[in-house]
Amino acid sequence: MPKDGIGASTKRREDIRFLTGKGRYTDDINLNGQLYVHFLRADVAHATLNAVDTASAQDMQGVVRIFTAKDFEAVGGLPCGWQVTDKHGNPMQEPKHPIMAEGKIRHVGEIIAAVVADSLEEARDAAEAIVVDYDELPAVIDMKAACADGAPKVHDDLTSNLCYDWGFVEENKAAVDEAFEKAAHVTTLELVNNRLVANPMEPRVAVGDYAPHDDSSTLYTTSQNPHVIRLLMGAFVLGIPEHKLRVVAPDVGGGFGTKIFHYAEEAFCTFAAKQIKRPVKWTSSRSEAFMSDAHGRDHVSKIQIALDADNNFTALRTDTYANMGAYLSTFAPSVPTWLHGVLMAGNYRTPLIYVNVKAVFTNTVPVDAYRGAGRPEATYQLERCIDKCARELGVDPAELRRQNFITPDQFPYATPVAVEYDTGNYHATLDKALELADVTGFDARAAESKKNGKLRGLGIANYIEACGIAPSNLVGQLGARAGLYESATVRVNATGGIVVMTGSHSHGQGHETTFPQVIADMIGIDASQVEIVHGDTANTPMGMGTYGSRSLAVGGSAMVRAAEKVINKAKKIAAHLMEASEGDIELKDGQFTVSGTDKSVAWGDVTLAAYVPHNYPLDQIEPGLEETAFYDPANFTYPSGTYICEVEVDEGTGKVEVLNFTAADDFGNVVNPMIVEGQVHGGVGQGIGQAMLENCAYDADGQLLSASYMDYAMPRASDLPMITVDHSCQTPCTHNPLGVKGCGEAGAIGSPPALVNAVLDALNRNGHAVDHIDMPLSPSRVWTAMNQ
Amino acid sequence: MKVTMTVNGKSMSGDAEGRTLLSTFLREELGLTGTHIGCDTSQCGACTVHVNGKQVKSCTMFAAEADGAEVATIEGQANADGSLNVIQQAFQDHHGLQCGFCTPGMVMAAASLLEQNPKPTEADIRHHLEGNICRCTGYHNIVKAILAASGQEVPAVAAE
Amino acid sequence: MYNFEFVKPSSVEEAIAALKEEDAQPLSGGQTLIPTMKQRLNQPSKLVSLLGIAELNGVSAEGSTVTIGGATPHAVVAADASAYPALAALASNIGDPAVRNRGTIGGSLANNDPAACYPAAALASGATIVTNSREIAADDYFQGMFTTALDEGEIITGVKFPVPEAANYQKFEQPASRFALTGVFVAKYADGVRVAVTGASNDGVFRWTEAEEALSGNFSADAISGLTVDASDMISDLHGTAEYRANLVKVLTGRAVAAC
Repeated sequence: MPKDGIGASTKRREDIRFLTGKGRYTDDINLNGQLYVHFLRADVAHATLNAVDTASAQDMQGVVRIFTAKDFEAVGGLPCGWQVTDKHGNPMQEPKHPIMAEGKIRHVGEIIAAVVADSLEEARDAAEAIVVDYDELPAVIDMKAACADGAPKVHDDLTSNLCYDWGFVEENKAAVDEAFEKAAHVTTLELVNNRLVANPMEPRVAVGDYAPHDDSSTLYTTSQNPHVIRLLMGAFVLGIPEHKLRVVAPDVGGGFGTKIFHYAEEAFCTFAAKQIKRPVKWTSSRSEAFMSDAHGRDHVSKIQIALDADNNFTALRTDTYANMGAYLSTFAPSVPTWLHGVLMAGNYRTPLIYVNVKAVFTNTVPVDAYRGAGRPEATYQLERCIDKCARELGVDPAELRRQNFITPDQFPYATPVAVEYDTGNYHATLDKALELADVTGFDARAAESKKNGKLRGLGIANYIEACGIAPSNLVGQLGARAGLYESATVRVNATGGIVVMTGSHSHGQGHETTFPQVIADMIGIDASQVEIVHGDTANTPMGMGTYGSRSLAVGGSAMVRAAEKVINKAKKIAAHLMEASEGDIELKDGQFTVSGTDKSVAWGDVTLAAYVPHNYPLDQIEPGLEETAFYDPANFTYPSGTYICEVEVDEGTGKVEVLNFTAADDFGNVVNPMIVEGQVHGGVGQGIGQAMLENCAYDADGQLLSASYMDYAMPRASDLPMITVDHSCQTPCTHNPLGVKGCGEAGAIGSPPALVNAVLDALNRNGHAVDHIDMPLSPSRVWTAMNQ
Repeated sequence: MKVTMTVNGKSMSGDAEGRTLLSTFLREELGLTGTHIGCDTSQCGACTVHVNGKQVKSCTMFAAEADGAEVATIEGQANADGSLNVIQQAFQDHHGLQCGFCTPGMVMAAASLLEQNPKPTEADIRHHLEGNICRCTGYHNIVKAILAASGQEVPAVAAE
Repeated sequence: MYNFEFVKPSSVEEAIAALKEEDAQPLSGGQTLIPTMKQRLNQPSKLVSLLGIAELNGVSAEGSTVTIGGATPHAVVAADASAYPALAALASNIGDPAVRNRGTIGGSLANNDPAACYPAAALASGATIVTNSREIAADDYFQGMFTTALDEGEIITGVKFPVPEAANYQKFEQPASRFALTGVFVAKYADGVRVAVTGASNDGVFRWTEAEEALSGNFSADAISGLTVDASDMISDLHGTAEYRANLVKVLTGRAVAAC
């Protein structure tokens, strides 16, 4: 095996440029003749927009052009990529999502006008001179209120604020209800999965450029999936064919889901650059990001578990209200349904499950996928409810879980919510986590805490997720308006070096390091001979990008398939060079050998022959050595694990301190352990953030209360502990060539219930009978719960 | 107005308005785009640089205020031969960065910490990073990297 | 932000003269002013930097008084105010290291943010705010959130702190901004105890006189156990209810006394 092959904690090559200030992020791009746009955004949540008067602003210094909704009459709305069918078989209600507010303002932050000027400050000056004539309307913020009869409508042309009412599996509903009637015990829990803002540290940026000489447009943008942006913006919004539109996502400073979606600002900069024939740049401020980046989560749920007299789960049902915000963001409808409902079985054998989801329009920023997307919401409900159930029954929460686990011999396991888990071993990760967290020593630690006046608690959560989205055939049936394959081109150069062009996109995941490890392993050459190209539609094959922990499972698999094609062709060439039969050629350590002989040729000799085909069977093999593959997965992958959180609560202030956090994950095979562990650390950091700090809150009028880092609590170094991670429990994925499952979202999925369970454990152990506290578990909320 | 400062050891001049922030001046006037802007309320620390040896947020200081000052940015941190300095190397060795956006600020903050406190505890490091937000790493490997850069033992908390 | 003229005088006199221009404002560390200007919530015609005035920077101790120049950054107070350890400790925990290298005591007191730390120290210490034209007792200086006794064009040149026998500041951080969600400064002097609270009240920093009376008779955390804090005057927001802040006032006061 080469030293930097599969399984090595190879240091990241991309770090060199990031550590020396040489990264090239979108905001670092400045084009000749570039103009700047400032968006005038709504400061009310709901209003009739009567007129936008730009006359006096137009004449101000530096102003090149001001755009309003009228300029976009011939332009399409931002498309939604997923159509959900409701429980009656009807399509969801799907309002137009305009580039700029048309006739009505529907959320704080919606674009009303755009000023393009020589400088950003001049654009801002002019924006202040625009006169907006509007009549404020009552805002709809609370989802249940939005569903009440007579509620003000976010979209006047829809029948109500209900986007869809989804039942899954509708045919099972009667059987589920019957199981509840027969249950020996039923646990019910109502909870909120708090609205979050993804907050990648790099705010969004878009630079549009236009070349009149060939009528082509280029967009530089902070995207996780440049091809998806090209497809959506080109085909649905601006009407630009792919060959005239290039989308570049260079170094991107974190995504976490919120940079998947196609945004109005991207379309605007591309459109305006063509209109003005000069480059147009937009750089989001953080304040703007809070009111224009798609938000995440925001579910209000009621979950019930039915058990028989032996504490076996017999049925599960949930009712969820899912906030869509004012418009449907790119993948919004899929999150509470196909990324949430189908995961409600969790790690358990529960035979009957019914999930109801009502997706609701409100006068808030659109909500879409954020790290985990749907799966954290499912896991949180399930793992919180099981914990409550264990307390009600007086049984050990770990053992109640273990008793109901799908057992290792049951895989592949078809759940009652339509998915088939290929592999897993939930007992193994539970045991590993219990061991690493030293659960047997907890009582002694709790006693020590008590001496210091602190309440100590321990919380457990298991998770299962569906990653590596997704089989195109399947998601097509479920309403996806796109395929979800991935692509790769493996280009071998004459002297043996390799460039891989992948449709996956790295915005922190380290593909430039890990993808070469795979190729190095397959061919037996040094990873330094492999370079990765990504993020530019001009030089990578059509790909679907990076989200849903899919890069290695889907993009990596595409690369493996392309590399296999390359190797097969190289073997033919080698066979010719060594005058042997192709079937006898073996490739190992960068050498082609004829099995059973001492004949060999080096990798570089074969690649050279491919490009200098002098002694070459041109009648049988084409010159060159470059192959492309598209990989469409056969199933999702199902990473799983057990997380254990240990906390101390300060009784006087309600402040929670996370003392220990243990994550035992099953990601299948692991290519680069160092990077996998880093992904878990980051995910856990965000999960702890959700559980005790982060809260995107609106007031009743639709004003965003947490509109900057002054009020939106980002986890700081002092909020988090060192995190113990383990990925030694490995049940490799059975249907992709690498046996990998995906690790990007696990941390954010499993950690919130572990933390909340730990806090409630601390309280209940110490005389505070508290059933539930909604996230974030701020000091004020915890103290209030203890003192009710 | 014309503003002149010594940036990473070299005298550099450029035009600035009163309102030109030091971060804007570095990025747009001097082309030093390693200094990043991650917020507008002076909290994320991606813009951290040193002015006269002190760690500051370059987005919360006017360029004019740095007229005549010694400024150090991420671009000047590597060793003279271009290799990574001790802190940068520790960040790479311990995977203390993912997307890289907060990284310049983290490295500058770490340099400032280690100058004042060459053997910081884990708690010292976490306290010192109060004004530097990272969204990718959960800080775990940043803390490890800074401990390692200080020549101290790095706690084994991962199954590695 | 809106543009302005930047000037950096080297003496107090020059600064006062420059501030006579309409809409001219002093600029100290700028750690609050600059973010406010980015939001276009402030439109000075001229910013007069006070950081070039050497006499405004530094910490000195004489007898039982510590005097801090108005433009002294928090980091310098943290390092140099060893004669008043509770004050140095407070300074070492304001914002973050970068903020502490720029932000100044004069800037903080002039702004009088209801969640800032220094107002609690100044009020609990019975400090004297020294300006270019007069001296103002802390009890007269703070006049409600973001409101002080300073006149237009008047700048803080220094703050005189009488050093107490014992003192402690307990800061409970608002989790986002890291300002004080509530902070309590307790200072014990020969003639009595003073307790000042920041972050909690709609009226800005205030003295908790009931606690002062109780603690002046019996300086122990037990002395305040029977007291209650009226929640009706407390701030209620995303980060804490009024009742919660009222609880924090009491809990933190007890902890400050215990730590003295």
